[in-house]
Amino acid sequence: MNSAKTHFPKKEILLELQDVWKTYQMGSESLDVLRGVSVSIYKGEFVTILGPSGSGKSTLMNLVGILDIPTRGHILLEKKDLSHLSESALAQLRGKKIGFVFQQFNLIHTLSALENVILPTIFQNVPQTQRIERAKELLALVGLADRMHHRPNELSGGQQQRVAIARALVNNPEIILADEPTGNLDSQSGKQIMELLTTLHEKEKKTIILVTHDQSLVRHAQRTISLRDGKIVSITNK
Amino acid sequence: MIKDYFLIPWKEMHNRKLRSLLTLFGIIIGIASVVSLINLGQGLQQAITGQVSALGNDKLIITAKGNPLTAGLSIDAIKITTHDMDVIRKVSGVKQAAGFLYSSSKIEFNNEARYFFVDGFPTNKEENTLINSAQSYKIAQGRNIASGDRYKVVLGSEYTNPDLFGKDISLGNKILIKEHEFKIIGFWQKTGSPQDDKSAIIPIDTYQELFQKNNELGLIFVQINPGEDLNLMDAKIKKELRKSRHLKEDKEDFSIQTPQQLVSTFDTVLNIVQVVLIGIAAISLFVGGIGIMNTMFTAVLQRTKEIGLFKAIGATNRQILTLFLIESGLYGLIGGILGVLIGMLFAKIIEYIFSQFIGSLLVIQFQWTQLLAIIFFSFIIGCISGFTPARKASKLNAIDSLRYE
Ligand SMILES: Nc1ncnc2c1ncn2[C@@H]1O[C@H](COP(=O)(O)OP(=O)(O)OP(=O)(O)O)[C@@H](O)[C@H]1O
Ligand SMILES: [Mg+2]
Repeated sequence: MNSAKTHFPKKEILLELQDVWKTYQMGSESLDVLRGVSVSIYKGEFVTILGPSGSGKSTLMNLVGILDIPTRGHILLEKKDLSHLSESALAQLRGKKIGFVFQQFNLIHTLSALENVILPTIFQNVPQTQRIERAKELLALVGLADRMHHRPNELSGGQQQRVAIARALVNNPEIILADEPTGNLDSQSGKQIMELLTTLHEKEKKTIILVTHDQSLVRHAQRTISLRDGKIVSITNK
Repeated sequence: MIKDYFLIPWKEMHNRKLRSLLTLFGIIIGIASVVSLINLGQGLQQAITGQVSALGNDKLIITAKGNPLTAGLSIDAIKITTHDMDVIRKVSGVKQAAGFLYSSSKIEFNNEARYFFVDGFPTNKEENTLINSAQSYKIAQGRNIASGDRYKVVLGSEYTNPDLFGKDISLGNKILIKEHEFKIIGFWQKTGSPQDDKSAIIPIDTYQELFQKNNELGLIFVQINPGEDLNLMDAKIKKELRKSRHLKEDKEDFSIQTPQQLVSTFDTVLNIVQVVLIGIAAISLFVGGIGIMNTMFTAVLQRTKEIGLFKAIGATNRQILTLFLIESGLYGLIGGILGVLIGMLFAKIIEYIFSQFIGSLLVIQFQWTQLLAIIFFSFIIGCISGFTPARKASKLNAIDSLRYE
């Protein structure tokens, strides 16, 4: 409570959603998955998006991660409205500012852990030596320095998710978006992943957005945004 | 940066070796057949042009009618004889006529057997000179065959190469032709025609004895007097031969050709054969391209989730297009390189088989620029085949792809 204040002497808005709607057209019927979501995410905070299955969490996360565009409403990243940007400009921005962590890890099976971590830098323009150094550092950070050359199928679920986290960090993004990152893991590995995310928040000053339906994970975050039927029902501070 | 783009496709191909190999198969066969056919065609064309251009412009060639490829080899029942030569000599305007016989035959030395051409040349000085000049034979060592010689042989320049029979051959050595001993009395200078440079020239009488040919001739060279018109002489000789052979006009069973006609006859046949064969090769290349396209469509489907991920980590549509184009281009490139190597090998094998059974008529000389162009062409085929699948990949929706199982 007090600590939250010391973390943010001045609350700088990183990302802002203004009356965001997402509507899916299914034949003649239309389905409003998000219905007027307005919320601000502050630089350096750890926030959880909590809600039951089907409430629209992943849909919201895809919008926040500029992987998707809203049917209606605006999303502003660092005060810049994204609705005017081209598809490739969005891709570039996504690569630089956002790191995704998925429930299914989504590693490339033909590539080693190190190559998986390097992958996002290929689509930016990071010099060769610099990127290998950085990938190695990150693998060390997530505790996998000795597993660099292993393929994903030679790693445990928890280790794979740690590789995925290192990959999310490689372009030094502002925001880490994690959608049910512990959903496919046993409780022990899940705990390690949550600790890692907390460390990234505290030590690396990353903005962490965690999407979950698991009430017990809420304690890691400073704020919790509760979602139900595509609407924010409450925002609670820790 | 492009270099990094090779990593993913390369690993992917490596990981699916069997599929990659099967995909490459079509393109390899296509490219290999293009390379071997083009080079065999060029080799044949050069061999023929080289043979004929040595003839000069004051000569006519008379052979029994038949396939130009077998003319003179006595495969056809129709024959020309010494009697025909006598008839030709009496035609006004003819300076000289000389005939000779030739066929592929077993030649042995140092207990090794080879098949090369053996020619029976007249020993009469004047006739011999005419044939030698038409064939551009010049003595390098020893002497030419002369009247009175029997079971003597003058060998082409290739025989001086110890590799031919695994041992040095020199003047005075004995060589076996059709199981008969011949004494080597001379060597020719290099003529540049690989076939002639491996020929063995023996006296015509000996030849007729050895091959049981009596008064038969394979080919008659006619040299006309200076100032005579080649085409007029052609018509005159044709008329006389027709008369002596009791034939009606346009029913001739012999043919008279100028050197240029000879080249163009061969060229026409060769061109038709080449067009047909290269058409077949083009079809197999097309099929190879379809194979690449099929593999790439499958790859896009199988890696939909991967494409979604690429987009999530910041890949633009253009970058994904490039990535998949490189993959299909790599199929073309690798298929092209392997295809060229196999095609070269195949052409060389044909050349070797030719040299063993017919003589070194065919010399395959590869042009590196042409081979590189073919490899580049194969790369382009890969890129073209992969374009539609790559475009499909680049246009996939990121979120749907990430959800794809
Ligand atoms: N492409 C789509 N077309 C139609 N409906 C969709 C599409 N994507 C999502 N939905 C619907 O939107 C609703 C919200 O989906 P979303 O994936 O955001 O839920 P969620 O909160 O992440 O659920 P979970 O906890 O199960 O992951 C669901 O009812 C889903 O069926
Ligand atoms: Mg979800």
